[in-house]
Amino acid sequence: MSRRYAFPHVGWMAVFVVVPLVLIVGFSLTSADGGVTLDNFSDMMKYAPVFGRSLWLSLISTAICLMIGYPLAYVMSREKPAVAAAALMLLMLPMWMNFLLRTYAWMSILENSGFLNQLLNVFRLPNVHIINTEAAVVLGMVYNYLPFMTLPIHTVLHKMDKSMMEAAGDLGANSAKTFMRVVLPISVPGVISGITMVFVPGVSTFIISRLLGGGKTLMLGDLIEMQFTGNAYNPYLGAAISLVMMVIVLLSMSVMNRFGDGGESAVVL
Amino acid sequence: MSKDLIRLVDCVMVFDDDVILNSINLTIKNQEFLTLLGPSGCGKTTTLRIIGGFETPTSGDVFFDGVRINDVPPYKRRVNTVFQKYALFPHLNVYENVAFGLRIAKTREDEIKTRVNDSLALVGLLGYEKRRVHQLSGGQQQRVAIARAVVNRPQVLLLDEPLGALDLKLRKEMQAELKAIQKQVGITFIYVTHDQEEALTMSDTVVVMNNGEILQIGTPQDIYNEPINAFVADFIGESNIIDGVMIGDCDVEFSGRRFECVDRGFDKDEPVDVVIRPEDLTVGEGGGQLSGTVSSVTFKGVHYEMMVDSGGFSWMVHSTLSQPVGAAVSLSVKPFDIHIMRKGKTA
Repeated sequence: MSRRYAFPHVGWMAVFVVVPLVLIVGFSLTSADGGVTLDNFSDMMKYAPVFGRSLWLSLISTAICLMIGYPLAYVMSREKPAVAAAALMLLMLPMWMNFLLRTYAWMSILENSGFLNQLLNVFRLPNVHIINTEAAVVLGMVYNYLPFMTLPIHTVLHKMDKSMMEAAGDLGANSAKTFMRVVLPISVPGVISGITMVFVPGVSTFIISRLLGGGKTLMLGDLIEMQFTGNAYNPYLGAAISLVMMVIVLLSMSVMNRFGDGGESAVVL
Repeated sequence: MSKDLIRLVDCVMVFDDDVILNSINLTIKNQEFLTLLGPSGCGKTTTLRIIGGFETPTSGDVFFDGVRINDVPPYKRRVNTVFQKYALFPHLNVYENVAFGLRIAKTREDEIKTRVNDSLALVGLLGYEKRRVHQLSGGQQQRVAIARAVVNRPQVLLLDEPLGALDLKLRKEMQAELKAIQKQVGITFIYVTHDQEEALTMSDTVVVMNNGEILQIGTPQDIYNEPINAFVADFIGESNIIDGVMIGDCDVEFSGRRFECVDRGFDKDEPVDVVIRPEDLTVGEGGGQLSGTVSSVTFKGVHYEMMVDSGGFSWMVHSTLSQPVGAAVSLSVKPFDIHIMRKGKTA
């Protein structure tokens, strides 16, 4: 294969990946008056709680997605092809609707006088206050990112040779041991992909926290957005925050990939 | 060869209205090498999976050592399987693959070490302990699969077309090796294959199956020399099968001529299948029982395979001497090499 066929790709990567990265690094080291400075990074310290909350909420969301997504993917992979295809369809269907629309829908469901509480009223149950809490943000994130957890796990489980499970049974393992010693270890690459695909966008999410968290639960994505579009206009600080966030994400990914057993590393999007 | 170990009684298997097995009755003796032989879709693998516990027969019983085991799950059976595509665990190295069953059984670590090493030595893979499964060749993976099964000291080893993915030379080597392993560990092997030559080479007992039924059970010699019907004759080795009519005891007519044979007990004028092995036909240059013309000659290594057209039928003849294409030749056959079979007989 001749290398010259790679030039379009190299060009694409240069324009859309390398140049923006260089710009971000440049901006993050620039002060408002154009001089070189590290102030942007030291200023960031006052936003430590936002960093903490972002990481914490996306960690919780990722954990919940894994707890729901893995069993879902497991059940789907064992179903007949027709049933599995229907389940996959149901899982993907919401993804084809506009993300903003879906989040607004959750707003009206969770509102104090929203659909959920009206439903509780019908059954004379006490109302719940969810909207504008961290719980609502987590719910919104889990709802949005669940397919990204389920699909890679489903792919791995689906591709797994079913005779592997028969072999484990044949060698004396009951179904619990078969799962723990064969199915789970083999599905690790899928789990890592899933975690990556939920955690990374989770950390930088911004609309969900604003709409469902009511602005009280500011997350990194919101903070960065504010630096570019809000009254606080400060692209230099925004670039610095983006850079630090990227480093955090890359660090967590390299830790994750270590569990991938060296050979099969996770798909990082 | 001693006591009966496994018995299948009237086993029927139906999947979605398809009858996969139609009343299978089979007794397997302890320590024998038994082969289930038949074309694909004949039910041989299903029979094996019933013994392994991966399928439960729709009706009928499976007995192991006198105990009915229909509902005993695979992990409680003293049977281990070598799967068609080996089904080795990709996340474990060779040592851990072989040790899998022992670890499940909570065997002591020092015993695991001894037994895994013994098994790997048995299949000639000492020194490969740390290799990953995907770093091994097909033949090596095959050996790991065998080691992983025999390390558990099962009473029965089930092998589902284990040599199917290997090239011819390796397959021949593994055939000899499997037979040697079976002798050495002294357990029952139940072997599934569609390769008649493999079945004849390795087995103590061959079970020929077709369309979910057992057609014939016997030693390789019995099956080859006395096939029970035209299907078995055709499937085991190569055969000339021609329509004939019984004139009387030891007297059959085919190809427009009457032949002396050794079969009795047929009705007068009963239509039959006449089976003659290619190597039992003798080619001469005249004076034989049939005359014909050589239409093709193929060199097969040990012998030549010639097609001889005679009276509208093309006879396959194996001979160490060849005749040129187009030569007029004669064919003769000895009475005891003419095998007479009832039409459509199955068991």
